Amino acid sequence: MLELRNVSYEVEGDKGDNKEILSHINFVFDKRFTAITGPNGGGKSTLAKLIAGIITPTEGTILFNGEDITGMSITDRAKAGISYAFQQPVRFKGITVKDLITLAAGKKLSTAEACGFLSEVGLCARDYISREVNASLSGGECKRIEIAMIMARQTELSVFDEPEAGIDLWSFQNLIQVFERMYEKINGNIIIISHQERILNIADEIVVIAGGQVTQSGRREEILPKLLNTPNAATNCQVLEQKEAGRERKTE
Amino acid sequence: MPRKGVKRTMDEIQKTLLAQVADLHEVPAGAYNIRANGSLAGRNTTANIDIVTKGDQPGIDIIIKPGTKNESVHIPVLLSESGIKETVYNDFYIGEDCDITIVAGCGIHNGGKDASEHSGIHRFFVGRHARVRYVEKHYGQGDGTGGRIMNPTTEITMEEGAHMELEMVQIKGIDSTQRKTEASLAQEASLVVREKLMTHGTQYARSDFAVALNGDGSTADVVSRSVAKEQSKQEFHANIVGNASCSGHTECDAIIMDEASVTALPALTANHVDAALIHEAAIGKIAGEQLIKLMTLGLTQEEAEEQIISGFLK
Repeated sequence: MLELRNVSYEVEGDKGDNKEILSHINFVFDKRFTAITGPNGGGKSTLAKLIAGIITPTEGTILFNGEDITGMSITDRAKAGISYAFQQPVRFKGITVKDLITLAAGKKLSTAEACGFLSEVGLCARDYISREVNASLSGGECKRIEIAMIMARQTELSVFDEPEAGIDLWSFQNLIQVFERMYEKINGNIIIISHQERILNIADEIVVIAGGQVTQSGRREEILPKLLNTPNAATNCQVLEQKEAGRERKTE
Repeated sequence: MPRKGVKRTMDEIQKTLLAQVADLHEVPAGAYNIRANGSLAGRNTTANIDIVTKGDQPGIDIIIKPGTKNESVHIPVLLSESGIKETVYNDFYIGEDCDITIVAGCGIHNGGKDASEHSGIHRFFVGRHARVRYVEKHYGQGDGTGGRIMNPTTEITMEEGAHMELEMVQIKGIDSTQRKTEASLAQEASLVVREKLMTHGTQYARSDFAVALNGDGSTADVVSRSVAKEQSKQEFHANIVGNASCSGHTECDAIIMDEASVTALPALTANHVDAALIHEAAIGKIAGEQLIKLMTLGLTQEEAEEQIISGFLK
């Protein structure tokens, strides 16, 4: 179970002032499958990085199974049972798909075992297992390998940052099935950052993060209809129009 | 197959060196010539491969009969006494239509204070349509203060349709290297070079490649991957000259760490309108995101670096 207590993250702005990316987040992730959604720039990826330990909060505490992991390194968090799938998978010259899956599993794997994880994510294992994870792989292929690594890790918590980003519509159809199956395959909890209705549709809980804060959260059945009925862009435009109208009135 | 051989016993240090430079744990199968501390420590010839000691200068002639297929020649050089300085001239005559593997390696164990130095001058005459795989490994060990120095020169003459692959590996241990490789290619000949290099401490390694594509349809692909650690220095110079309708590519890809220094100077010269030549060079530190990715899999930063480097030099 992951708990965020009063977590904030600030960066230095262009003018030397502090810009708050996340502001006083309090949340307990205790469901099997939590989807985090919300507008771009709202702080979702920052939250994922805070959980994985890539950045540390400027304020607040992160607890994992009751233990304070706020100051814990990336490596120690990984060992403690946290996995993190990058939004932009990393490429390596000379390191093969099998090498990465073996490193992820943390033990020697037979080729058949490593292939099993690739098949899980819809890759024909024979074609990929000895390929280098370099620029010759497409974005979609890298994304699937990234997911296969997380499955190989079998940790208590798996965080996916926009698994759908960079994947074409047709491949995405298959990916949904991967996540549907993952629900059964991964024993721990899953947190997925996503904008896709079909992903949100398989979550137990949905959290909406906007402007660095949790603006809505609750059971899928409760939150999803609200999200689908809010024409977000239109709302934003209305707000803008109102603001401009206000300004015009002032100048008149 | 008639065999004539000279076998002498080797000590443990020499055996370790042999394992490192030639992946050999005992004397190899096929033709071989083992040179240890400046003199012959073992030789075997086969019906198709003859090895003859030169009369006028130190070194050997390796003569491979036309049509010899799937045979190998090992010519390791071992230096385990401190302070040896030698220059050895080895000439390879590879007959038409051969398909062979040549493994040449040099291992230096220097436990003393004097520099040990081996300069191997290798000339290859590759006959028409012959295929050659040439592997050269350098290895140094020993905790003496004396330098371990190797300056190999390789000159390659390739006849029509000949194909040669060079794998040059030097991972740590050698204090100073100046490698010179020159090749001239006739019609339809092709050359592939893969250099793998890792330097550390205050080591210095310089590679010079000069490839002349003289015949129509000839191709060359010269690729160097290197890692420079600590205060070591590396220089990579490659010049591909296109004198005919040919294609050439050279690439230097280096990872720089600590206070190391790397110079990459790939060059191209086209003397023919149909010469298609490309060069690439990239030097950079290990990408932070690569380290972070491996750390999220549970590796420490040091373990992550190790994985990235060993993959890069694989």
